Amino acid sequence: MTISASTPAAGDVMIEMRQVDKFYGDFQVLRNIDLTVARGERIVVCGPSGSGKSTLIRCLNQLEEHQAGEIVIEGKPVHASMRGIDLVRREIGMVFQSFNLFPHLTVLENCTLAPMKVRGLGKAEAEATARMYLERVHIPEQALKYPIQLSGGQQQRVAIARSLCMNPKIMLFDEPTSALDPEMVAEVLDVMVELAESGMTMLVVTHEMGFARKVADRVIFMDAGEIVEVAPPETFFSNPRSERTRKFLGQILHAKQQH
Amino acid sequence: MRELGPNEILFILAAVRWTLLLSLVAFIGGALGGLLIALARTSELKWLRLLANGYIKLFQGTPLLMQLFLAFFVPGLFGWSVDPWMAAAIGLSLHASAFLGEIWRGAIEVVPRGQWEAATSLGLRYWPKMALVIAPQAVRIAIPPTIGFLVQLIKGTSLASIIGFVELTRAAQVINNATFRPFTIFALVAVVYYIICRPLSAYSKRMEQKLQVAAR
Repeated sequence: MTISASTPAAGDVMIEMRQVDKFYGDFQVLRNIDLTVARGERIVVCGPSGSGKSTLIRCLNQLEEHQAGEIVIEGKPVHASMRGIDLVRREIGMVFQSFNLFPHLTVLENCTLAPMKVRGLGKAEAEATARMYLERVHIPEQALKYPIQLSGGQQQRVAIARSLCMNPKIMLFDEPTSALDPEMVAEVLDVMVELAESGMTMLVVTHEMGFARKVADRVIFMDAGEIVEVAPPETFFSNPRSERTRKFLGQILHAKQQH
Repeated sequence: MRELGPNEILFILAAVRWTLLLSLVAFIGGALGGLLIALARTSELKWLRLLANGYIKLFQGTPLLMQLFLAFFVPGLFGWSVDPWMAAAIGLSLHASAFLGEIWRGAIEVVPRGQWEAATSLGLRYWPKMALVIAPQAVRIAIPPTIGFLVQLIKGTSLASIIGFVELTRAAQVINNATFRPFTIFALVAVVYYIICRPLSAYSKRMEQKLQVAAR
């Protein structure tokens, strides 16, 4: 598999996956994945359900272990079983489809927990950082509420703020808007666009093709555990090479029109 | 033959303190052991899970009475003498460890996987993740069944009478042997157990309903 022309220079590589395979039992969910992501690059991953796209980004912080090949983050090979994997994870923020806020903690406490316990920040400093990021995701006024008191869109923005409070070098988004009511999708995407404009390295699994067009440097299409196509969004949408990509795009664009 | 007078009744009622103390000690011992068992049962290490599982199966699969007999007689084989109080406390603690361990394992596993994943992805290691994210959520779920088990444990202390520990039931037996008024005496004892256990059961039930409402 060759990566498109925008393969980054060696010094600025953030993520490298080399011939990565992953199995659930006998079932192969990732096949021979090769991918290089540069610092500051924004990648959108799409594909039909079960194509392995979530698994791919979940391998990057090793919520899922890979069985073969190599995953290298900032020059360091990573594996779930290695000592110090938590040191890698703290540099990689992750936003989940189901938000996964801690329900027993306030919004502010959700945001300060890891900075205090993992980074060793003092309470005042952690809270100042948290309030700054809550401001950035446009919900500073919700700091003292509990997650259950917030709408889905607000919860997801808190989840983004919570990750950013760790000051990560990479942000992973696993279908961040799929569990949201339609009217809340935009508020979350807006925050993600702003984040992208700030230069964050981002990998986003999503079917929001508008978002892909707007911010992605490259769009990856996956099917049956393989990377089928990698292209800048203009090429990807207007002139996809693979038949499978064309078929997929036809389906999701058609579905969108019906909404 | 003695009459069943106020002194005899008082003797029985005074033994309630030993029932309560034994329950308390067994509950604390069981909570400490149960915590280890629950953590071992949910561990990523397979041998630890198997070990804890074996312990639970052993204690859930044998009568409490046999466990108390063994706690009383086995140390003697090694030349250690244990008095009935020690034997009862140890036997009931081991027993409670298995049951509380299993209850708490269930509570830990009910916490959604996404909570583990979010905490893991923030770089939290096992202990802070367990203590700050998983346990606070598991505790809420675990309170009703834990109190339910405490009621079982309090009633279970009556078996300690068999190895000669003088708690409520044993005191009643002693008085009955002297006065032979079994109906009155054991009815009284049953009422005392009821008075201790009933509020706990009611509290457990109320907590359970509260949790159900909160989950909606």
